[in-house]
Amino acid sequence: MINLIGYYTTQFGELWDKSLFDLVEEAINGVLKQTQLSNKQIDAVFFGNMLAGVLGNNLHSTSRISEILKVNIPIFRTEAACASGGAAFNLAKSYLEANSNKNVLVIGAEKMTDYSPEETITGLSAAASGEEQEAGLTFPGLYAMMANFYLEKYHYTEENLAYVSVKNHFHGSLNEKAHFRKKISVEDVLKSAYVAHPLKVLDSSPISDGAAAVILTNNRDLINKQKKSVSVLASEVVTDTISLKERKNLDEILATKNASNIAFEKAKIRRRDISVAEVHDCFSIAEILAMEDLGFWKKGEAGEKIKELSTKFGNGGSLIVNTSGGLKAAGHPVGATGIKQIGEVFLQLTGQAENRQVKNVKYGLAHNVGGSGGTAVVTILAI
Amino acid sequence: MVGIVSYGFYVPKYRIKTEEIANVWGKNSDDVKKSLLIEEKAVAGIDEDSLTMAFESASSALSSVNIDKSKIKVVLFGSETHPYAVNPASTILAEFLGIEKNYLAYDTEFACKAATGAMISAQGLIKSGYSDYALITGSDKGMGKTHDVLEYTAASGSVSLLLGKNDLILELLDFESFSSDTPDFWRREGIRYPSHGGRFTGKPSYFYHIEGSAKSLFKKTGLKPADFKYSIFHMPNGKFPIQVAKSLGFSPDQIKDSLTVNYLGNSYTASALMGLMPVLEKAKTGDLIFLCSYGSGAGSDSFALRVTKNLQKRRKEFTKIVNDKKYINYPTYLKYMEMI
Repeated sequence: MINLIGYYTTQFGELWDKSLFDLVEEAINGVLKQTQLSNKQIDAVFFGNMLAGVLGNNLHSTSRISEILKVNIPIFRTEAACASGGAAFNLAKSYLEANSNKNVLVIGAEKMTDYSPEETITGLSAAASGEEQEAGLTFPGLYAMMANFYLEKYHYTEENLAYVSVKNHFHGSLNEKAHFRKKISVEDVLKSAYVAHPLKVLDSSPISDGAAAVILTNNRDLINKQKKSVSVLASEVVTDTISLKERKNLDEILATKNASNIAFEKAKIRRRDISVAEVHDCFSIAEILAMEDLGFWKKGEAGEKIKELSTKFGNGGSLIVNTSGGLKAAGHPVGATGIKQIGEVFLQLTGQAENRQVKNVKYGLAHNVGGSGGTAVVTILAI
Repeated sequence: MVGIVSYGFYVPKYRIKTEEIANVWGKNSDDVKKSLLIEEKAVAGIDEDSLTMAFESASSALSSVNIDKSKIKVVLFGSETHPYAVNPASTILAEFLGIEKNYLAYDTEFACKAATGAMISAQGLIKSGYSDYALITGSDKGMGKTHDVLEYTAASGSVSLLLGKNDLILELLDFESFSSDTPDFWRREGIRYPSHGGRFTGKPSYFYHIEGSAKSLFKKTGLKPADFKYSIFHMPNGKFPIQVAKSLGFSPDQIKDSLTVNYLGNSYTASALMGLMPVLEKAKTGDLIFLCSYGSGAGSDSFALRVTKNLQKRRKEFTKIVNDKKYINYPTYLKYMEMI
């Protein structure tokens, strides 16, 4: 049995007075304090990060974490673009499956706002295929192509997409660690400037700084001692082509579909058992596709279903999505996102989600995507 | 008391509209205007630079008074586009104005607050008895790289103030300055266009330093925002001054007359002083004016000024003069800015 016993996240946002490793240090100290573990009780560390090498000329971050944690243990960095955090979590779980009675620290962190938008966007574009980069396609452009295809195929408009951002900004208003805490309306989204048609500023997640950390353990004594603990039922990583043009269907992310099917099979639960989900809404269209690809809604229906706002907190729905505010409102420090998503589900399962606490939560899901769908990680947790 | 004896301004005749620039880059001009609150900006001609504009504004300032120029023993020239990297523009300016040789001159640089910093030095030199008068100038032919957001804002203009201790139009009641090492906007030696830290130029830079100097002045003087008839801030765009005025407790009515950025753009060193120009066109005796500059790098100077009855004698038309303008297209703009 592998359990998640603690979570800490820094503030997400424009944190100009903090470096990447200031954020990492805060996340480490925060999660150790919460679990009342000492640095000596950590047996291995997995660090999810994408851009430290590209933007900060900081590779070998594992050694830097050794310096911060003051330990000499195995530390590994994972990189899978925006799914770097989810991938780090997956490897940590595998590490525990191969080693008994161990405690593993998983950190996701990113420092993005100290660089010019051009530098950061160029760095993020490293997650797209060379041909796409040469064609001048950025991620807003890639997701805009998916959005155009989806809207045309299923006869929806930009208004359908706007509901995703409205819901997630409402959730962000309830999360004190979120980058954006302002509620927005459908009109606000529709009036915002285009980034890549049909996606607008308010359809898009921001560039953020932040770090998040969780502790996983298979030490039964420790699990029994911890007041707040959830089981990891499944964590599945699936990859797919890096190029959008190589995909068979533009109205789905196959990696998400496959990871979700495997995860639910391993967890031995049904879709309707999930009460809270953090899904990868880097753009509004991404949440629409995710809800279908994860199997919560049928293909082509999400455009209509999102308008009902049944997945919004407080509306009495059986599945609430992105209570953290999602990437859209909570912010998207890319390496940190996958860990924050899992952490938010942990908060919901253990009754620590305060003013956004969903009632009677037994199962939760986190869905983290790298690039335009080249990597997907689906994690299922249970109380 | 030390204060301002006379003033002059110069705004070049040429304007380029925000639409004209936005259309070239395929941007929605309504979005740009909504975001920056700038309709058009003033552009210096191909035969103009910060020095020629300084001469225009300084000549205008001196034309309003009949003084012995040998009593102007201080000439300070603030700019971030001085014509020379080495060789003072202040001496060229003084020479052209006919100010005789027994004077102290230097060029000042502190991004957009080089002139207000000079104003603080100048008032000290007058108070100390070194000089009866001091001429300070803020003048810029502001450059922004093409396709950078600065292209919509960086403008040209100049303001000169003659400081003295008698026959004042504005009494300088007090001032405060607030500085730190905050690299939000810079231009290295030999590099043509400035670089900037995007959103970093906002909260930790513009807002932090302006609020620092303003609050420090309020505390020192016991004055509060409601005591002032007008408030004027450095104007890198149309939004920032409105936001900072609101956060300090000024009403929209107190700031609205000074917002020259909406129709002239940001003339860098001259920006805050340019905001003073339309205010002086209508200010009445006894009105208190709050003037606050900001310079990237970073710092802010705040001043409390009081209008005297002498303003009536040296008041200058502003609105009518800046409304005499000629629109240019984008290629002409590039030519005038010597970018092609």
